[in-house]
Amino acid sequence: MDIISPLPGVFYRKPGPDKEPYVKEGDTVAAGQTIGLVEIMKQFSEVRAESAGVLLEFKIDDFGIVNPGDVVAVME
Amino acid sequence: MKKLLIANRGEIAVRIIRTAREMGIATVAVVSEADEFAYVAEVADEVIVIGPPPAGLSYLNHESVLRAAADTGADAVHPGYGFLSENAEFARKVIAAGLIWVGPAPESIELMGDKSRARRAAQDAGVPTLPGTQSALSDDDDVPSIAAQIGYPLVVKASAGGGGKGIRLVKSAESLLETIEIARAEAQAAFNSSEVYLEKFITHARHVEVQILGDGIDFVHLGDRDCSMQRQQQKILEEAPAPNLPDEIRKRIRDTSVELVRKAHYVGVGTIEFLYDPTTQEAAFIEMNTRIQVEHTVTEAITGIDMIREQLRIASGEKLGFTQNDIVFTGSALEFRINAEDPANKFMPSPGTIDVLTLPGGLGVRSDFGFTAGKSVAPYYDSLLGKIIVWAPTRQAAIRRSERALSEVDIQGIKTTTGLLRKLVSLADFENVKHHTKYIESDVDLIGGAK
Repeated sequence: MDIISPLPGVFYRKPGPDKEPYVKEGDTVAAGQTIGLVEIMKQFSEVRAESAGVLLEFKIDDFGIVNPGDVVAVME
Repeated sequence: MKKLLIANRGEIAVRIIRTAREMGIATVAVVSEADEFAYVAEVADEVIVIGPPPAGLSYLNHESVLRAAADTGADAVHPGYGFLSENAEFARKVIAAGLIWVGPAPESIELMGDKSRARRAAQDAGVPTLPGTQSALSDDDDVPSIAAQIGYPLVVKASAGGGGKGIRLVKSAESLLETIEIARAEAQAAFNSSEVYLEKFITHARHVEVQILGDGIDFVHLGDRDCSMQRQQQKILEEAPAPNLPDEIRKRIRDTSVELVRKAHYVGVGTIEFLYDPTTQEAAFIEMNTRIQVEHTVTEAITGIDMIREQLRIASGEKLGFTQNDIVFTGSALEFRINAEDPANKFMPSPGTIDVLTLPGGLGVRSDFGFTAGKSVAPYYDSLLGKIIVWAPTRQAAIRRSERALSEVDIQGIKTTTGLLRKLVSLADFENVKHHTKYIESDVDLIGGAK
């Protein structure tokens, strides 16, 4: 089940510039776990894994641009 | 000053270019890749793309902005509001590069950026402040007894905070220490400083502010404004002068604000913000902003003074050239912020292409927008599309004129706050000045049903 952003904006993998990423590629994530943020016009929305599994790969880089429906990360 | 680089975007970049053109100063717009075809790129003399859409990689990138200045031969930088406007480090780099910084000295930015130092400076100048700690809390402080002296409810504020960020409410003694701990952690994360201080909280406060202007030697105020119509501490409707303020309060906040900037040898425009408690008729210092503000237009409307012109003149080294007695206040002005947000859906940002943009006209109506029809609103930046400013000889006439002006607004393709603004200006509570900074959030009809 891939993780998709419903919103357009800028994708962040970390909660803050000096922070550790929410998750790394290869990490096991729980259903509902936050894997990143999307900023749209200064409002931040969390991007969550819908189901549990292993996050194989991010398709959007940190600070990358997302459009609605874009796959942010591939899950196993 | 021959060529001015504007390190900003949207309506304020267009606003600055308009005045620069009138003064015969050439303009350089720096834009991100997302703003290459923005309206500002059409009105500037030169346009330089400085980086990818995220602001951190473009509008906030010191080196990219300075390189654009060097490449275009600009001799001055205007930071607008937000972005780099209150960044002392960037101001120093601009000055070190031999350019004119259109703003106060970096030391002034730092003084007012540190909320507890600013509060102390305000007290030294006789500016009224709320009961609270003199400076940031230290580990040896007996916090519970300090808090008891101030009284509840109180707020914990981050020293490095501002613009409504880094504030937490404490309703009673039970949650005091826990809230301070959370506030410290939040302040550390957001501002890289865990310093916090305590201040009394006013439940139903109005937000009033004083506009000052100075050249480092002579100082004047340009009157006051009221910005009490806010949502989540973001202003959406402002006016000048502040209505229903007792004469002695108005005089005190104006005079002490001038005293504060005189003591600081301040250069340029600045705003001293106050909370005003209509019940006790007391005003108290919140913070000072060391930049041009979004709502400067209402002050321009009642004074006839072009504040960007004053900024550019003073930054060039000219004297203020007039005194307080030369400033005449005439009539009443309101400003309405048109944001690309959907009030019917929790103010969700609404990026997209603007299909129709019909703005109002007529006597006493001004529209400052960063967009025209056919332009796209990018999802990366602030949602402010533009402002409608309405002037009339009296406040009541300004309200009636605003209702008429807002009824002419037609924006299609994206959702905007226009409908909410129409409701707000027609409220009896607004006309009677019964509103306060939490008014919008406390009225379900306003945030739920606005179209």
